[in-house]
Amino acid sequence: MSEDFLKEVEHVSRLARLNLKPDEKEKVAGQLQSILGIAKKIQELDTTGVEPTSHVINLPAILREDVVRSSLPVDQVLLNAPKRNKNYFQVPRITAVE
Amino acid sequence: MKLHENTAVVLSQLLAKKEVSAIEVTQSFLNRIGDLDPLLKAFVTLTPEFALKTAAEVDQKRINGKRLHPLAGVPIAIKDNICTEGIKTTCASRILSNYHPPFDATVVSSLKAIGMPLLGKTNMDEFAMGSSTENSAFFTSRNPWDPERVPGGSSGGSAVAVAAGMAPLALGSDTGGSVRQPASFCGLIGLRPTYGRVSRYGLIAFASSLDQIGPLALTAEDAALLLGAIAGYDRLDSTSLPEDVPDYSKELGAGIKGIRIGLIGENVDQQFDPEVNAAVKRKLTMLEQHGAVTGEVSLPLTDYGLGAYYLIAPSEASSNLGRYDGVRYGYKAESRHLEEMFSNTRGEGFGAEVKRRIMIGTYALSAGYYDAYYLKAMQVRTMIRRNYEKAFQSFDLILGAATPTPAFKIGEKSDDPLQMYLSDVCNINDALAGIPSISVPAGLHSSGLPMGMQISAPPSGEKLLLAAAHFLDGQKRGVPQRPQLEIGEGGSK
Repeated sequence: MSEDFLKEVEHVSRLARLNLKPDEKEKVAGQLQSILGIAKKIQELDTTGVEPTSHVINLPAILREDVVRSSLPVDQVLLNAPKRNKNYFQVPRITAVE
Repeated sequence: MKLHENTAVVLSQLLAKKEVSAIEVTQSFLNRIGDLDPLLKAFVTLTPEFALKTAAEVDQKRINGKRLHPLAGVPIAIKDNICTEGIKTTCASRILSNYHPPFDATVVSSLKAIGMPLLGKTNMDEFAMGSSTENSAFFTSRNPWDPERVPGGSSGGSAVAVAAGMAPLALGSDTGGSVRQPASFCGLIGLRPTYGRVSRYGLIAFASSLDQIGPLALTAEDAALLLGAIAGYDRLDSTSLPEDVPDYSKELGAGIKGIRIGLIGENVDQQFDPEVNAAVKRKLTMLEQHGAVTGEVSLPLTDYGLGAYYLIAPSEASSNLGRYDGVRYGYKAESRHLEEMFSNTRGEGFGAEVKRRIMIGTYALSAGYYDAYYLKAMQVRTMIRRNYEKAFQSFDLILGAATPTPAFKIGEKSDDPLQMYLSDVCNINDALAGIPSISVPAGLHSSGLPMGMQISAPPSGEKLLLAAAHFLDGQKRGVPQRPQLEIGEGGSK
């Protein structure tokens, strides 16, 4: 495992906001390399000028009527909140400064 | 014959003739669950009171002479990534282990309106990422044909429930084979509908451009009834097909005379069990003898599907799973500041496979790699679709193995993600193309385990798929093949 790739894995885990323990990091890096190996197979294909498919069925964009519909009551929405303060979701401080 | 041994269609007839009540039917399945689930572990959550309440309402309506749907009073099990209002929906993940959705998925609303008693929520690979249920954060479900083997996945719990007679029908979801692969491992019918045919509203998202909900059933007739109950346009799903739903149960017996069926020529994996190949060829010969026009069809890009899939699905997953951050629902880690909370919540809440996929996806979407990986994969996806379009100019249906081998042993592949991914190799291309595809039983392997065959059709070709599957059902002896469970009361062997 190259140092560079491990650093890259660290960078990606930060982008994903995904805390990996040191042993996890090592393991994921190895597996990532072998999975990217099969993914690289598609580089063999010439895709020049091929439109990418983001949606398999060619549906036109459907616009709905601009009508207000009822949505879930606030209490129900907050029912699963890990931490709640009145009608708000509560989170810890945003800045990392102690 | 015990009530729980019947197909959904037979139960529907018994109920309509008032020979049994919905309560009796539901109780029979609940008893079966009580006997077998301690060993087979199909369910994450059981909902017996809710099931019996629904059954009682159906019985009352029938007494009052109300017109009822054929599936009214026929119980069902639902995969635990489909939201059920007030009933825990975990995705078999620690991060959602105590999540009680405040709403029903559209398919759940449909089943409730019909009056199908909900027996419980079934086990799965965490966030539907896996092929064996071994990635469940809670436990591994066991294959009723051999409890030392996996039932397949990710909809493994749903497959176990139906195969073992703990539910006559179940819903699963199929992103890259998660309905068809466990159906094959458990000897069932598993249908992946055309992308957009069944609403995804309330199906917890894994890879949105691939996810589809589909039925697991004992017979094609049963699958047709259930598909009819859940298919249709839904304004809550922007990718929903605005097409009328045909009566899937009508003309099921149309037969296969004159239908052009192509066997996939490409050997997608060197590790195909020769018995599986032979079983598929036998079925093809049988179809030919009954009037189908058969031949070999080439899908030259078959080998590239896996690579494209393992870029597209993780990329979409890495984006979809961004919502699990400890703020609005789910597990939350204690932390000093916000970013640490996100990072720790996700690090502690997700299992190994989910983390792996988030990492692949984030990598493939990150600056400098987007064009080479994600965009390229989406272009290959277009080429795979065109492969199918060309193939369907010469054939009405395409046929191949549903899985390269019968069910593997628990633990056999759990340390090797690549080997695990390869077990879905037959199912991935159809998913990328968005076409409907069905897994049907293809007979028993010399090991005594079921083998599966897969049939695919052009978009919205479910009727033809079900007619072909129904024809094959009729060629088997009488009742569907069921595992011989040597299991006593209370789950003891």
